[in-house]
Amino acid sequence: MSETTTPRSDAPAAAPGPIADSSKPLASEPKGRTGAARILASRDAITIYALIAFLIYAAIAIPRFASPVTTGFLLLDVIPVLLIAMPMTLIIITGEIDLSVASTAGLTSALMGVLWAGGMDIWLVLAISLLAGVAAGMFNGFLIAVLGLPSLAVTIGTLALFRGLALVVIGDNAVANFPKDLTAFFTSKLGGTGIPTVMIGVVLVMLFFGILLHFTPFGRGLFAMGYSKEAATFVGINVARSKFWLYVGSGAVAALAGIYWTLRYTSARSDNASGLELAVIAAVLLGGVSIFGGKGSIPGVIAGVLLIGTLNYALRLGRVSDVVLITVTGLLLIFSVVAPSVGAAIREWRHTRRVRRNFSRTTT
Amino acid sequence: MQQISNVEPAESGKKQEQAVLSLTHAAKTFGPVVALADGTVEIRPGEIHALVGENGAGKSTLVKILAGLHNPDSGDFRLSGEPVHFRNVAESKAAGISVIYQEPTLFPDLTVAENIFIGRQPKGRSGLISRAQMRRQASELFQRLGVPIDPSRVAEGLSIADQQIIEIAKAISMEAKVLVMDEPTAALSGVEVDRLFAVARALRDKGTGILFISHRFDEVFDLCDRITVMRDGRYIATHRTADVTVERIVREMVGRDIGTLFPKTEAEIGKTVLNVDGISSAGVFRDISFEVRAGEIVALAGLVGAGRTEVARAVFGIDSYDSGHITVEGKPLKPRDPQAAIAAGLGFVPEDRRKQGLVMNLSVARNVTLTLRNKFVTAGLINGAKERRAAQEWSRRLQVKAGSQEHAVSTLSGGNQQKVVLAKWLATDPRLLIIDEPTRGIDVGTKSEVHRLISDLAGRGIAILMISSELPEVLGMADRVLVMREGRITAHLSRAEANPESVMHAATSSTGVTE
Repeated sequence: MSETTTPRSDAPAAAPGPIADSSKPLASEPKGRTGAARILASRDAITIYALIAFLIYAAIAIPRFASPVTTGFLLLDVIPVLLIAMPMTLIIITGEIDLSVASTAGLTSALMGVLWAGGMDIWLVLAISLLAGVAAGMFNGFLIAVLGLPSLAVTIGTLALFRGLALVVIGDNAVANFPKDLTAFFTSKLGGTGIPTVMIGVVLVMLFFGILLHFTPFGRGLFAMGYSKEAATFVGINVARSKFWLYVGSGAVAALAGIYWTLRYTSARSDNASGLELAVIAAVLLGGVSIFGGKGSIPGVIAGVLLIGTLNYALRLGRVSDVVLITVTGLLLIFSVVAPSVGAAIREWRHTRRVRRNFSRTTT
Repeated sequence: MQQISNVEPAESGKKQEQAVLSLTHAAKTFGPVVALADGTVEIRPGEIHALVGENGAGKSTLVKILAGLHNPDSGDFRLSGEPVHFRNVAESKAAGISVIYQEPTLFPDLTVAENIFIGRQPKGRSGLISRAQMRRQASELFQRLGVPIDPSRVAEGLSIADQQIIEIAKAISMEAKVLVMDEPTAALSGVEVDRLFAVARALRDKGTGILFISHRFDEVFDLCDRITVMRDGRYIATHRTADVTVERIVREMVGRDIGTLFPKTEAEIGKTVLNVDGISSAGVFRDISFEVRAGEIVALAGLVGAGRTEVARAVFGIDSYDSGHITVEGKPLKPRDPQAAIAAGLGFVPEDRRKQGLVMNLSVARNVTLTLRNKFVTAGLINGAKERRAAQEWSRRLQVKAGSQEHAVSTLSGGNQQKVVLAKWLATDPRLLIIDEPTRGIDVGTKSEVHRLISDLAGRGIAILMISSELPEVLGMADRVLVMREGRITAHLSRAEANPESVMHAATSSTGVTE
């Protein structure tokens, strides 16, 4: 990426309008950084640095941390959050939210259990479960995008509704006798690296959402919508349609997470993955996505998920109690939300001071 | 810029009364935008003082300073001769300034009396709120004002006129020394206006100083003792109403020699690009018909709230309309579909850059290419190099002054932001550009640059529909002027017919509809 300077002398003949005499570039602006420098200094990058720093610290300070066993368990633990965080990132960037994801995963799990116990072919079970997630997403999408209801209220409702349906479907039962080779596959590792085989699929999901958000016209539209729905409408972005498909995507990925959960723990229950939505949202915000919409990136969110995951894992290795774990996660989250506001307040204060100074100079 | 000329004939014999409120050389900036450069007004006890100026002259900013909503960057603010600094609305109220807005904001679920005494309810012997006392005091207030409003009814469902009266009652009960009325009559019927004026006169006779802001000259001349004119954020003059004519006030509001400041380059007027045939939208606008031809600048003039922006939004497909047809170059345009409008060659530079025109936290480059996002796609993905080249090309052509293409567009000045909005539409190679308030919030220097740009675009054969509340802009730029009032087009004026009087007349007067 190159710097742009104000063209003064080489204005082409085609340029409409002569140059005004006020064509000085703003002297106080920092000069354009290169793209790489900009990315390294952005807010998502801070999460990435924090992750790297913490990994190095843990590898040195915590015995048994740097091992394939750690990698394996850590990744197996974070996969559901990592999956659901992908569509959640896109949804929060548009300024909306989906709280029903964990319940959708639970509903999927319950459905899998009942269908499998009923003697259906396992591949058909998986397909129907995935479609159930899609249907759940369409239901959210219809209420939010088509009817224009607030997503917070809608998904609080469907959070309870889908969990309730899961209970209706499977009751207090648990189904555990899934095919052995399938459950074994879900905990298998790639060679001696400790990386779970299913990570291949998770990486594909991450790539899909990363490319969708950062390299397609659709993704561009999401950032615009998140900052201002009106501005997006004015450039011809179909806000309702985009939102609808985001919720469908969210439902589908939540179903994938539900399937993963069921087969990894070899247990289909109605309360699977309950409470997971808050872990997902915490990780997304920690990854630099603005809860007000319009800002965020997939690499940042991946770092956010891994940071919370590693931190929890390390603390658990150090036999720290769960209470402390929750407290640490909470503090991290508050810090991640407060830090940019403090930064903005400082910038605003500096700006006001500069304006006042300039102003008094010009008027006196 | 005209010098401050206090056209105030010495009041013979009578001693100059001390002003109850005086604001001198107040200034207020928002980032790079200067909202008020020289706010000066002086209100005496027992007078009704009018504040007039075009939209964007700085009246609202001045009112907000009086109300304690804004803290001026500099200037002198005195109440009864004492310097004051308000940090918030409560302090301004406590000092005796009450502001009544066009649409008052009462608490709808509380009673009228509760609304009047909110936060300072009279207490009985037990220390609890005494409803009886509150009702009695409210009744007394309404009796003094001579209006029959039941203090025990809830505020919900009251007419705007009644709500304003309640605000006035509240002001009286707080013993306001100064009452500021910001376009109070905009939403009132004739009878209601008469009642409001009777109340205002009664207050004046009891010694209250009243600042009255209005666009309607007949009201200003009927009601007010003195008139202060503002223009471009600056104080221009104060006159005694008796000594001045409407023509003079209009001239001072408009201020500039129109012909030379807004040169419209000669352009060949081509065939019709946009044809709007009798579109209506219930309660918003009615029976709107006009056409815009290639190379032509058509201005939609009128007061704020006349329905101009609403018409433009309907044309562009943001909002729907109930009946009528729109065609672009002879082909019917699908209603309520901005994407179809863009595909047909329409572009829309909206009024509110910060909310509608730009995505403020995205970079200059991203904003420029937002309209083109589907054009740089190779195999479904955005081609970054192509995108950057296009962004650079258009920023260069429009002379956008930015530190870098990668800076957030919010760091630019208003004028440069507007150029980014123009750039993003010009990049789509439009046939018709709708420009809503092209120079709102732009400093005077860059204004003429934007004007030249627009006139240059017309010269290249783009049809331009310009909405503007600034008379000089309308008169200087437009080939034809359509004036709207209350949702209807009240005048079609050619360049020769359009002058401040004919446009203002069609925009404000409810009687003579010019052809």
